[in-house]
Amino acid sequence: MIGGPQGGGINSSAELYAKALLRGGLSVFANIELHSNIMGKHSYYRVTAAPVPIRSHVDPVHMLVALDEETLFGDAGERKHYPSHQGHVHQIAPGGGVVYDADLKIPAEKFERTDIHLHPVPYMEVLEQALIGIGRGGQGRKYVVMRNIVALGASIGLIGYDEELVIEVIRESFKGRKAEAAEMNAAALTAAAAYARAHFPGRLERQLRPLPVEQRARRLLIKGVQAVGIAKIKAGLGLQTYYPISPATDESVYLESKAPDFQMTVVQCEDEIASINMAVGAAHMGVRAATSTAGPGFSLMPEGLGFASITEAPGPVVFLWQRGGPSTGLPTRSEQADLQFALHPGHGDFPHIVIASGDIDEAFADSFESFNWADRYQVPVVVLLDKFLASSFWTIPPIDMSKLVVDRGALYQPTNPDTNGYRRHALTATGISPRALPGTPGGIFSTTSDEHDPQGHITEGVENRIAMMRKRMGKLDVIAREIPESFKYKLAGPTDADLTLISWGSTKGAILDALPALDRRKVNFLQVRLMKPFPAAEIGKILSVAKTTVLIEPNYTGQLGALIREQTGIQADHRVLKYDGRPFSRNEVVEGVEAVLAKKAKEWMVSHA
Amino acid sequence: MPDAVADAPRKFTLQDYKTDVHVDWCPGCGDFGILSSIQQALLQLQIPPYKIAMISGIGCSGKTPHYIDTYGLHTLHGRALPVATGVKLANHELTVVAVGGDGDGYGIGAGYFLNTGRRNLNFTYIVFNNGVYGLTKGQASPTLRKGLKTKSMPEPSIQEGINPIAVALGAGYTWIGRGYALDVKTLVPLITQAIRHKGTAFLDVYQTCPVYNDIRTKEWYAGEDIGRPRLRRLDTEPDWDPVVKDPDDPDEIVGKKVRALQASYETADRLAVGLFYKVELPTYDDQLAAKVPALKDHPLVDLPVFQRDVTPLFKELE
Repeated sequence: MIGGPQGGGINSSAELYAKALLRGGLSVFANIELHSNIMGKHSYYRVTAAPVPIRSHVDPVHMLVALDEETLFGDAGERKHYPSHQGHVHQIAPGGGVVYDADLKIPAEKFERTDIHLHPVPYMEVLEQALIGIGRGGQGRKYVVMRNIVALGASIGLIGYDEELVIEVIRESFKGRKAEAAEMNAAALTAAAAYARAHFPGRLERQLRPLPVEQRARRLLIKGVQAVGIAKIKAGLGLQTYYPISPATDESVYLESKAPDFQMTVVQCEDEIASINMAVGAAHMGVRAATSTAGPGFSLMPEGLGFASITEAPGPVVFLWQRGGPSTGLPTRSEQADLQFALHPGHGDFPHIVIASGDIDEAFADSFESFNWADRYQVPVVVLLDKFLASSFWTIPPIDMSKLVVDRGALYQPTNPDTNGYRRHALTATGISPRALPGTPGGIFSTTSDEHDPQGHITEGVENRIAMMRKRMGKLDVIAREIPESFKYKLAGPTDADLTLISWGSTKGAILDALPALDRRKVNFLQVRLMKPFPAAEIGKILSVAKTTVLIEPNYTGQLGALIREQTGIQADHRVLKYDGRPFSRNEVVEGVEAVLAKKAKEWMVSHA
Repeated sequence: MPDAVADAPRKFTLQDYKTDVHVDWCPGCGDFGILSSIQQALLQLQIPPYKIAMISGIGCSGKTPHYIDTYGLHTLHGRALPVATGVKLANHELTVVAVGGDGDGYGIGAGYFLNTGRRNLNFTYIVFNNGVYGLTKGQASPTLRKGLKTKSMPEPSIQEGINPIAVALGAGYTWIGRGYALDVKTLVPLITQAIRHKGTAFLDVYQTCPVYNDIRTKEWYAGEDIGRPRLRRLDTEPDWDPVVKDPDDPDEIVGKKVRALQASYETADRLAVGLFYKVELPTYDDQLAAKVPALKDHPLVDLPVFQRDVTPLFKELE
């Protein structure tokens, strides 16, 4: 873990390090916790690595790298009531170590830990030495930003990782005109690693070494926003609209940076109402359109979603990156508390699809397939994601794209461009009417947010109303029949388990990684993916034979639990909840499940961060 | 896009721009004048109906697309402009005309009225400005002046009405005009100019609501009480020159905007109609095409975007 003030370089050092671990053949999971603040507030990055696949973080820290004193001890001294955090020294695992700036002159007693190794490193002095080595002596003050690389270098020296791998990544990230910066950073890293080895030899129990070259498989280090962005590019995204909002903005900025290469249009709008409506307009024209937002922005989109649905627009696909709510809530923190909102985003009854991705592969698959669903069923689609998935780095093998198929749904081809018989909302057996692409001769249509007849003109007649409600809502049955099972739910573990864990979204990783620690019983994990139309029969069947069920959700009310009960009549026996704005760690899952079972409690809250 | 019909020489008739949908506006409504003017303008321009998209908001004016036989999206209250923007971005080969009322555009849609001006995408926005919310029975709209009380209002309005021309000047619209619904003869050429303009054209149209606005009636506009018309035609004034000749000359731009601003303020017996301001500036479309050159020759909807090769993007992540 590396911690420091926002703007102090923890992102770059953690990400360099994570990439270097990946290059060494290790599986890496890296997640950031940050304040909604530009500079100064405490943030920290966890980098978890193992020779086996991992998809979650743990709370105990084996190596803490501190850029400032607050990272060590928190801000209790400054804040009388509810300090925002206690620092991270207390999280260091016994036998673990900490690297901090010797210039802080912190007495060893202050750590109140005799079971950890202290490594005070004089950051500026090491930096000065490194600069002298490359002919830039006396310029330390100018390059004070490189303290983060010194701190990283010291920790690499201590854990015994291959610093050449880090330098390779540094050189890749500072190319061209920045090549000189690469050499300075490389020098600082090398000097710091050497300092650490010289002053604190062989003290750490835990060492981290790269795998032998022949065991290093080809893998990616990828964040949720990148996976979603690439899937959208692959799917043929034409227009992406957005209004800046954490944690969704990164996805749009990623797409914007790729827009010229991939012939896309990305528009920063005046608000989320404009975002959704532009996307609806473009979708009606036949362009694959999407918008990305977080809860507060989604709160402005309901009328647009209803409009898309009643006019049977082929989309848009809305990517809802959840964060801590309600209202402005916790802008940069994690929560999965927008499920019930995503299911009911507006007045009246209307069809739409809601799917929740649990990991990178699902985020990729769901993002790609959502455009097919939007086109095929002419409904808006909401893909539920969250801050944890957005900003955490996951290690995955290359994504298999060979089976991805683009399906634009039923298109209207006029036989005679001069006739005017086209009915945009024609009543059909499936409820799906072939759509014309505006600009096509003979395909002219109107449509409206008012109730309308098959030709798209306003009518308030009773018979038409009944027919149109049945047509639109009936599409949900078709969707439920046609969407493949892997998009509906996933069941990990044996079908005849004694204990069934139920969850959704990015909490998946921590639960899967926690299963081995819970295997005193026969345990399985039901991950619900498709939220609307809800696979009630399939989920009901699994839960009706489950022996003991524990619902695990990062929200206050247990929103998936409510949905399952509404749709199947089955209530989970126990609930483990977390609403501190931080994602579940692997050990929190274990602790919560064990606690709720041991105490026979209906509900248990965990919070370790 | 199948374009055989477009290539064949064909003269479109007024009938080609009309639908058989029953027009449910009240007898004597100013909207009829605007509808007919739009249809005549489209006829004069001979734009194939299938190459046109009419986008509307909610209210009486929102029904307009149903009466014009082109592609039409009757959207949400106040959201016609974002939808029109999405339509134009998706297919810039379409002639896009957005229509809405004054409540729709200057009240609930005010944010989009401003920000659409900033973009200068190539389409037209026509506002049916009658001073009231007709469809909800005559409440004050954002253009009703302070102190006025139309017949269904319990009390006079205690907030000021906005000057939409002034707002449009500030927002950056590159073609700004005003017409009068009952003067089809001058309204048609204003609409054709607006549609021809390269950039976002904004046309506010004074419109009578014979049922709810008993202040600004046909007779009031005609100035029957003062013995001369209240409407002042800018194009008949000898030194009126609203067109910016040199878009790189900020002095000329500001000077013309100041004159337009002065002309836009109404007095009790004088209201200006005509072209207030026009400048040719790079459009949003042009700027997108500068980033994605394929957009110069093809609309976004026709670009070969499916199953793009994303391997270089994954390569960056190894």
